[in-house]
Amino acid sequence: MEFTEEQIQRYSRHIILPEVGGKGQKKLLNAKVFIVGAGGLGCPVGYYLAAAGVGTIGVVDNDDVELSNLQRQIAHNIHSLGKPKVESVKKTFESLNPDVNVVAIKQKITKDNILDMLKDYDIVVDGSDNFPTRYLVNDACVMLKKPLVSGAILRFEGQVTTILPHEGHCYRCLFEEPPPPGLVPSCQEAGVLGVLPGVIGALQATEVLKLILSKGKVLKNELLIYNALSVTFRKIKVPKNPECPVCGENPTITELIDYDTGYCTIDR
Amino acid sequence: MEDITPDKKINIKGLVCPYTFVKAKLAMEEMDVGKVLEIILDYEEAARSIPKSMEEHGHKVLKVEKINDTDWVLQIRKEKD
Repeated sequence: MEFTEEQIQRYSRHIILPEVGGKGQKKLLNAKVFIVGAGGLGCPVGYYLAAAGVGTIGVVDNDDVELSNLQRQIAHNIHSLGKPKVESVKKTFESLNPDVNVVAIKQKITKDNILDMLKDYDIVVDGSDNFPTRYLVNDACVMLKKPLVSGAILRFEGQVTTILPHEGHCYRCLFEEPPPPGLVPSCQEAGVLGVLPGVIGALQATEVLKLILSKGKVLKNELLIYNALSVTFRKIKVPKNPECPVCGENPTITELIDYDTGYCTIDR
Repeated sequence: MEDITPDKKINIKGLVCPYTFVKAKLAMEEMDVGKVLEIILDYEEAARSIPKSMEEHGHKVLKVEKINDTDWVLQIRKEKD
């Protein structure tokens, strides 16, 4: 594949980086990344991946755009109110960069459809807002052996980790089971500073780009925690658990699980 | 100094930074190690910055020469992928 003159201009700041170059840019254009959630995290992740020229971006989300989303979900706007979030981000990302094909899936992600959704992608990004999805995505990525860049946000704090199944830790090595519904913050408690998902989403997008380019190190066996109030980044070691129920030596979870009831989703 | 026959030539007259370097780098990437790229350009700044950047990328600058009132010729040997 030869670059067009337009592509040479668009990606010039990548091409001049020794770590990217024309070769790296072609890897980005050929890459396929799947994003779970077109909300606070999915918007900035997809926005930056689209800008970087990641050629195929799949996005799944079952919600429509609401006014309360616009405080932080930067790929939506007043014209997309009431419309499916995935349609809104498809329009935004493709108008930022026509090299990008956005595959928009308006569905609830479940144990019955997730494997099929992820199978054609190289890397998965979790930008979901609830524990059932977080565990479902983790387990599916472990089973499919696909790299997963996971992010989470609440109030003024966010976290990022990169899961390379069987090579490093997975989400269940960190927390074996989802917390009981009563321990998860209720909707009234679940505020978030609008810029926070931007910080965390940009970190997730950075992890994805490094994975595609095979450059630098990623947050394997590590959890990065950012606190916006104290302006601190902390890295916590997360060793791979040999007894992990899904990625350990003798896994007890060999089928996907929908933990559905009792959770109040944080994103309403 | 003996004259070297370049393996590839590009003419990037009319281009300014950073596209001068972008074009040179893309041409270089497509060549094998040990091959020599010749670049004709008319943007003076790039006659200084391309050799510097190419050296930073680990390549060998063989020639930087002003050939007339407006144009420079550079020769660079690719030293690594």
